[in-house]
Amino acid sequence: MQPILEVTHLSHSFGGLKALTDLSLEIFPGELVGLIGPNGAGKTTVFNLITGVFRISQGRIFFRSENISDWRSHRITAAGIARTFQNIRLFKELSVLDNVRLGAFGQHRYSLLDALRRSRRFTAAEQQVTNQAFALLERFNLTHYAHTPARHLAYGEQRRIEMARALISRPQLLLLDEPAAGMNQSEIEDLIQRVRQIQQDFDLTILLIEHQMRVVVNLCQRLTVLDFGQTIASGTPQEIQRHPKVLEAYLGKDGGLGQEAPEPAEETP
Amino acid sequence: MLRQKGFLIWSGAALILALAWGLPASGALNPYVIQILMYVGINMILTLSLNLVNGYMGEFSVGHAGFMGIGAYVASVLTVAVLPPAWAAPAFPAVLVCGGAAAALAGLLVAYPSFRTRGDYLAIVTLAFNMIVKSVLENISWLGGPRGYLGMPRLTTLFWVAAWVILTLLVLRNLVYSNFGRGITAIREDEVAANLTSVDTRRLKLYAFLISAFFAGVAGGLYAHLLQFINPRSFSILKSTDMLVMVYLGGVGSLTGSLLGATIFTVLLELLRPLGIWRWVVGPLMLVLLMIYRPQGVMGFKEARLFKPKLPTPGGGSPGPPAPAASPLRGQ
Amino acid sequence: MPAVHLWGKNMFQLLAQNVLNALQLGSVYALIALGYTMVYGILTMINFAHGDIFMVGTYLSLAGAVFLLGLPLKLPLVVVFLGAMTFSMLLTALLGVSIERLAYRPLRSAPRVSAVITALGVGLFLENITLGILGPQPLHFPDLIPLTRWEVAGLTFTPLQVLIIVMAAGLMILLDLLVRRTLLGMAMRAIAYNRPIVPLMGVPVDHVISLTFAIGSAIAAAGGLLYGLAYPVLDPLMGVRIGWWAFIAAVVGGIGNIRGAMLGGFILGAVEVFTPLVLPSSTYRDFVAFSLLLVLLIFKPTGILGRPVFERV
Repeated sequence: MQPILEVTHLSHSFGGLKALTDLSLEIFPGELVGLIGPNGAGKTTVFNLITGVFRISQGRIFFRSENISDWRSHRITAAGIARTFQNIRLFKELSVLDNVRLGAFGQHRYSLLDALRRSRRFTAAEQQVTNQAFALLERFNLTHYAHTPARHLAYGEQRRIEMARALISRPQLLLLDEPAAGMNQSEIEDLIQRVRQIQQDFDLTILLIEHQMRVVVNLCQRLTVLDFGQTIASGTPQEIQRHPKVLEAYLGKDGGLGQEAPEPAEETP
Repeated sequence: MLRQKGFLIWSGAALILALAWGLPASGALNPYVIQILMYVGINMILTLSLNLVNGYMGEFSVGHAGFMGIGAYVASVLTVAVLPPAWAAPAFPAVLVCGGAAAALAGLLVAYPSFRTRGDYLAIVTLAFNMIVKSVLENISWLGGPRGYLGMPRLTTLFWVAAWVILTLLVLRNLVYSNFGRGITAIREDEVAANLTSVDTRRLKLYAFLISAFFAGVAGGLYAHLLQFINPRSFSILKSTDMLVMVYLGGVGSLTGSLLGATIFTVLLELLRPLGIWRWVVGPLMLVLLMIYRPQGVMGFKEARLFKPKLPTPGGGSPGPPAPAASPLRGQ
Repeated sequence: MPAVHLWGKNMFQLLAQNVLNALQLGSVYALIALGYTMVYGILTMINFAHGDIFMVGTYLSLAGAVFLLGLPLKLPLVVVFLGAMTFSMLLTALLGVSIERLAYRPLRSAPRVSAVITALGVGLFLENITLGILGPQPLHFPDLIPLTRWEVAGLTFTPLQVLIIVMAAGLMILLDLLVRRTLLGMAMRAIAYNRPIVPLMGVPVDHVISLTFAIGSAIAAAGGLLYGLAYPVLDPLMGVRIGWWAFIAAVVGGIGNIRGAMLGGFILGAVEVFTPLVLPSSTYRDFVAFSLLLVLLIFKPTGILGRPVFERV
C-alpha cells in the first residue's frame, strides 16, 4: 500500500537551534498515528513543516505520492490535510458558522465576479457550504451558536468549532495538535471516543500530537517519539512504553514518577 | 423576506438617484448644500474603500490618498488633454473607471509587500507609497508640478456621486458577504490560521487592494472634476489621515459605519468653518479621543439590518450536488 | 541648497565638502531619529508625533533665546545658547511625557493600530495648534554662534558646523552609554524584551516609559536648537518633513536600535545633500528617500542594524 503521508529526512532549525533532526515517517491510509514527546521536543514544528507554515530547508514531504514540500499552506490544506491547533486559533469576531464555512474556502467554486453579481452559481454554492456547515454544527452540538461570534463560546466548545472547521473541507489526513490540552480525565475519555468516531465516520487518517502518554496509548496504533528534535523510538504503544530511551526522556534518569516533562517554551502556532 | 429586502434596497437606490438627479435641477436646494452633499458622497466612497483594507482585512494602510491622487490625475489628464472637449461629458463614467483602474494598478504595488509584511511595516510601506506618489507628481512638469493641474470641466454632479456611492456600496456588500469577504476578515482575525484553513490569503489581499484602490481612484476623479483644480498637496498624508478619521469614527469593518463616519466628519468640518485654522485642531483631537474612548468607532463591526443578507440557514434554496461518500452528513 | 557653487573646485574637495554638509544635516536627523527608535524599542510603537515634538522644541529654543537676548543683561552668547537649550529641553521633555501620559498610556493594551493613529492625531494637533497660535508666517532664529568661516585644505567650515557635529556625537554617545551601562538602560531593555514580566521584578514600568519619552523629546529639542541655528527659518509645519526624514533614518538604520538611528541619520543626510548633485533638482529628494525606505523594507525589513523580528507563529 502507498503511504498517504511520507516524510523523509526532515530537519529544521531556528537560527542556530536545531528543532528537528532527520525525521522520517510513513503514515498509511486509515491509520491513527501518534507523535509524542516532552514539550519542546519539536512536535509542533513537524506539523508546521507539513502544513507549510515553515519553509522546508532539509528533507521532503509527500502527500499521496505528491511532493508538497514547497507548497504554500492554503494549497496543502485544500489538497486534503487539515489541522487543529494546540492553543485554539479561531476567527474570534466571526460567527461560529462563518468559522466553519471558512474551512471550506479551498473548495469553493465561484469567481469574484460571481460573488459581486450574486449569480446563481454563487447562491447555490453558498447554500451547499452552509448546509454542510450546519450538518457539522449539529454533529458537534453547536447549532444553537451558529450566529454567535466564536469568542463568546467556552473553551471546550471552541475546540469543537476547530474540529468542525477542519472537517468541513473533507480532509483525508487530519493533524490534531494536543487535542487533550487543558482537559480533565473525563473530558479526555470523551475526546478519545470522539476521535475514534470521527475517524470512522469521515474515513480519516489521523496524525496526533500529544505529550501525555495515557492519551495516545489508548488511541493510536503506532507511535513515534521525539526528544530534542531527535526520533528516539517508534513502534506500537506497548513497545514504546517499555522502550528505555522513552522512559528516560519522560521520567528523567532518576525516574520521578508521574511527572510531566519540563516545559521549555515551544514555538506554537 | 429576502425578496422584500431586495426590493427595499433597489427602490431606495432608485429613489436616491432620482432625487440626486432632480433636486439640483429643480433649484430647490441651494448650491452650497449640493456641494456639501457631493463632498459627503466622495468621502463615503473613500471611507468605504479604506474600510475594506483597514477594517475588514485588518491591514493598516495610511497612504490611501496616493490612490486617490493617481485616480484624480489620470481622470483629469483624460478630460483635459486627451479627449476632445465635446466627449468629456458623455465619457465621464469611463474616465472615472480609467482613473480607478490606474489606481488599482498602483494597488498592486502595495499589495505585493503586504504578502510579506504586515502591521507597522505595512503601514510604513503605504506611507512611503503615498509620499512617493506626491513627490512624483510634484516633479512632473507637464502636470503642473507643485503648482497643480487645472482646466477640468465641472462634470461631477450629485447624480454621478450618488451613483458611484451606490455602486461602491453594492460591490463591497456583495464582496463582504461572500466566501471572499469571509476570507478577508479571516486575515484580520488570524492570518496564519486563515492560510491553514485553505484560505489563499495572497489572492485575497490582491483583490482587496485592487478593489479598494479602484474606488479610491474613482473618488479622486470625482473630486478633481468637482474642484476643477488639483495639486499634489491635495493628496498628501493629511488627506490619508482624514480618511482614517472617517473610518475609525464611523466604525471599522462596517459599511453603515463608513457612511456614517464620512457624513459626520464632512458635515462637522463644514460647521466648524467659522473657527478658521482652529477647526484643524478639532479633527485630530477628535481622533485621539475616539481612539481612547471608542477605538472601534460608532458602528465597529456592526451593520444596519438593511445591508445584511438574511442569516444563512440550512436547507432551503437549491440543495446542490449530492454530498460525496465522506460527507459530514453521514456521521449522525 | 548646498554645494552648487562649489562646482569650480576639484572633485575631491567637492566630495569632502558635501560629506561635511551631510554630516551636519545627518547629525540633526540622527538626534530626532533617536526619539523614534527609543520609543519603538521600548513600546514597539511608532510615535508619529515625534517630528512635531521636534518642531515645538525648536520654537521653544527660539523663545528661550529671544527671551535671554532681550534681557538688559548683555549675557554672553554661550550663556544664551546653554540657557535656551536647557529651557527648551526641559519643556519639550515635559511635553513628551504629557503626550505619553494623556494620549498613549490609555492605549497601551489596545491594538497597535490605535496607538499609531493616535500618534498621527497628536502630531496634527501639535502642528495646527502651533499654526493657530503663531500663524503661518515663518519666524527667524537669532544667530548665537559667530559666523566666521574656517578654511582648511580647501574645505570651508564654520564653528556652527563643528558645534552641531560634536554636540550631536556627544549626546549620542551619552545616550548609548545610558542604555548600555546604567540601571535605567537595563530597565528599558527589559521592558522592550518582555513588558508583562518586568513589573514583577520591581521595575517601575510607567516611570521608565515616561523617562524614555522625556529623554527622546529632550534630545529632539536639542536637535531643534541646532537645526534652528543652522537653518534659521522656522514654520509650524517644519516638523512634518524633518520628522518623516528622521523616521526614515530610524527605519533604515533598524528601528529600535540606537546605533542604527545614528547610521540612518547620516545616510539620510547624505541622501539630501547628494540628491541635487545627481538628479536634476532637489525636489527629487523626497522621492529618493522614500524609495530607499521602500526598497529597504522589502528586502531587509529590519533595517541595516536591526535584529529580525519574527512574527509569532
